[in-house]
Amino acid sequence: MRVNLPAIVKRLSGVKHLPQFGGLGLVLLVDWLVSPQFFDLRMQGGRLFGSLIDVLNRGAPVALLSLGMTLVIATGGIDLSVGAVIAIAGATAATLVDAGVPVVLVGGLALAVGLTCGLWNGLLVSVLQIQPIVATLILMVAGRGVAQLITKGEIVTFVNPQLAAIASGSFLGLPMPVLIACGLLGLTLALVRATALGLMIEAVGINRRSSAFAGINTRVVIMLVYVWSGLCAAVAGLVLAADIKGADANNAGLWMELDAILSVVIGGTSLLGGRFSVTMAVVGALIIQAMNTGILLSGFKPEFNLIVKSVVVLVILFVQSPALKGLRRGAVVRGIVR
Amino acid sequence: MADLGTERQALLEIRGLDKRFPGVQALDAVDFTLRAGEIHALLGENGAGKSTLIKTLTGVYQRDGGVIRLDGVEIAPRDVADAQRLQIGTVYQEVNLLPNLSVAENLFLGRQPLRYGLVDVRLMRQRAVDILKGYGLPEVDPAASLGGYSVAIQQVIAIARAVDLSAKVLILDEPTASLDHQEVEMLFKVMRDLKGRGIGIIFITHFLDQVYAVSDRITVLRNGKLVGERVSATLPRLDLVAMMLGRALTDEGARMSHDRPIGVGAPVVGFTNYGKQRYLHNFDLEVRAGEVVGVVGLLGSGRTETAKLMFGVERADSGAVAVAGQPVRLRSPRDAVQLGFGYCPEDRKMEGIVGDLSVRENIILALQARRGWLRPLRRSEQEEIAQRFISLLHILTPDADRPIQFLSGGNQQKALLARWLATDPRFLILDEPTRGIDVGAHAEIIRLIDRLCAEGMAMVVISSELEEIVAYSHRVLVMRDHRQVGALAGGDVTVDRIMTTIAANDGSAKNAG
Repeated sequence: MRVNLPAIVKRLSGVKHLPQFGGLGLVLLVDWLVSPQFFDLRMQGGRLFGSLIDVLNRGAPVALLSLGMTLVIATGGIDLSVGAVIAIAGATAATLVDAGVPVVLVGGLALAVGLTCGLWNGLLVSVLQIQPIVATLILMVAGRGVAQLITKGEIVTFVNPQLAAIASGSFLGLPMPVLIACGLLGLTLALVRATALGLMIEAVGINRRSSAFAGINTRVVIMLVYVWSGLCAAVAGLVLAADIKGADANNAGLWMELDAILSVVIGGTSLLGGRFSVTMAVVGALIIQAMNTGILLSGFKPEFNLIVKSVVVLVILFVQSPALKGLRRGAVVRGIVR
Repeated sequence: MADLGTERQALLEIRGLDKRFPGVQALDAVDFTLRAGEIHALLGENGAGKSTLIKTLTGVYQRDGGVIRLDGVEIAPRDVADAQRLQIGTVYQEVNLLPNLSVAENLFLGRQPLRYGLVDVRLMRQRAVDILKGYGLPEVDPAASLGGYSVAIQQVIAIARAVDLSAKVLILDEPTASLDHQEVEMLFKVMRDLKGRGIGIIFITHFLDQVYAVSDRITVLRNGKLVGERVSATLPRLDLVAMMLGRALTDEGARMSHDRPIGVGAPVVGFTNYGKQRYLHNFDLEVRAGEVVGVVGLLGSGRTETAKLMFGVERADSGAVAVAGQPVRLRSPRDAVQLGFGYCPEDRKMEGIVGDLSVRENIILALQARRGWLRPLRRSEQEEIAQRFISLLHILTPDADRPIQFLSGGNQQKALLARWLATDPRFLILDEPTRGIDVGAHAEIIRLIDRLCAEGMAMVVISSELEEIVAYSHRVLVMRDHRQVGALAGGDVTVDRIMTTIAANDGSAKNAG
């Protein structure tokens, strides 16, 4: 059988988001090669189990973060504080549930804390016009301190089964975190694509001045994306706290902001802002988790994880590099005219 | 001076200089001659080729043709450092020094005096003091950081550095743009001293008063071509303006351009005593339905500032705005859009288009912004609006979903007009709507202005194309030195009258402010 390779390449290059889906497929393929039972699924106690489910379940927190992070990055900003917000939200939930507060209220308050954190970031960036990387660095550092103050420096554990169910529960055979991530993905898509917010975020990210001149309230748009990022981080914080039935102010969500940023970048949203895809950021989060899981299954040391990840980042940054793009288009001229 | 008229030894000779950019002949066989001990003003409107000439001279660009001779020797600077070695120094409007380093360090950056391999700070400071004394700045502390001094002193320090580095040709690119009157005088004194030391100075500025105050000769460029070189003392102001704008005075005198009745429509928008300190002097303006008010003036006269105040980009600190007779709030472009204003900015790329967004998205952007994010236009509505304006304004694009940055300048401009027309505005401000676009689109935009006016739109149009302004304006406001210096209406709206108003030399205007 002869394979017409050029024709296949041509047809494939027309597919939208080919790098992301291709990347996910490739990583899953490698996973399957190192662990032949990777795609095996089994039902146990009304819940599906297997490596694939594991990838979805473990990838949920980063996927949650990437939802808000995508919007922030699309405006040309960045949110380094999401890891710290995870710690604050987790600490809030664990402390409150131990104090006997009803679970529904605990959840609501944890989310409100996340919203407040987002509002703070949004204020610094949009009203005080502080560079996003510095503005969110403040909460990244201070946030862990706040979380430790809430837990009084200890690891607060809880036994409340309802709160724990956020991580361990399941519905229709799927783990709760996966369902929560799907739900928030749907909500985020509705927020940006069923309204004109998505267009405004992209416009602000591409050219803030032109957008303001067209009458867009750029401050409110920028404020909103940071608030949403804070909310998503709080949801991730609840999931992670429920998972370990406790809050560890020092380690909950540590360095997770970097995975979230990486997911967004893998998802094809440029760090310069502009066009974005929330769904592809989630695919990016799954690629990262599939890599993690694959390396664990392969028996390689986890240290390789970091190196493999950084190689992937490097390749993606190469692909997005304006210099390489310029070479591809032969548009060196633009640099001169500017 | 008596020797001005006689031919002195040329210090710098540029002959037949060519520079092309894709699609533009930025310099077309330009000649320029600078003599030693001369201050030579280089003038021209936007796009005349002044900065291209300077950049070619200082090695930022490589020329495509022609020769540059310094002291009779042909030179070809490869970059700015190379130009400095050839003794051509440049000082820009924004001081290109390092504000957080000390004055002495700035003067000697890259060539600090050394002792035992280390910087000899004491010697460096002593030499800095010596140099600065020569510029009438003995009180400047060489150890203090540069940023603590006023822009004027920083300018002089930048000049001192440039002269100390290379003492033959000094290029001053709009050095006075952000200086006040006394600071300008201080700078002029320095310039005259340097001239006395035999340095040739190329002086670029927009202020005609300053040209006459300090320069010996004037070279005018327009559209990349040399218009002429004159001796300042014998060149009437009006002739200079005519050279810059490329229009000779006609003998017809007051030539009626249009027989449009004035003040027929109802007042749409009125600005009273509207202004902002250090930005634009207060002005009054009322625009009626179906009326086009032209705003003219040389570059830097306050034309664009007028537009930005009227659209709320800059907040006025005095005066009031009324729409249809009712006082309104105008604190931001957002307010302006809500009031039914539209603004096509001069800088289309940075302030107009959103490059990566499609033509469709760019067209509906202002309308969507006015509706708010919670009331999105359906995709089908967006496509309908985009298609309507693409065919109405003949926007040439393969389809509505092409990113707007790939369209030509003229089509981008039409798409921006479409963006505002889609909001059904009552008041449109167009800043240089025909700049940098091809001839066909140019004519279409002028026809469009006429048509909108006939349909009852109130418009303010800013343009440096005087004949164009005369063709469609009912009234013309003339700007100079960030203030309105004249208003022409009816039969007075002629190219001649505009030029005489721009060139009028009434010292009273300055004192009144």
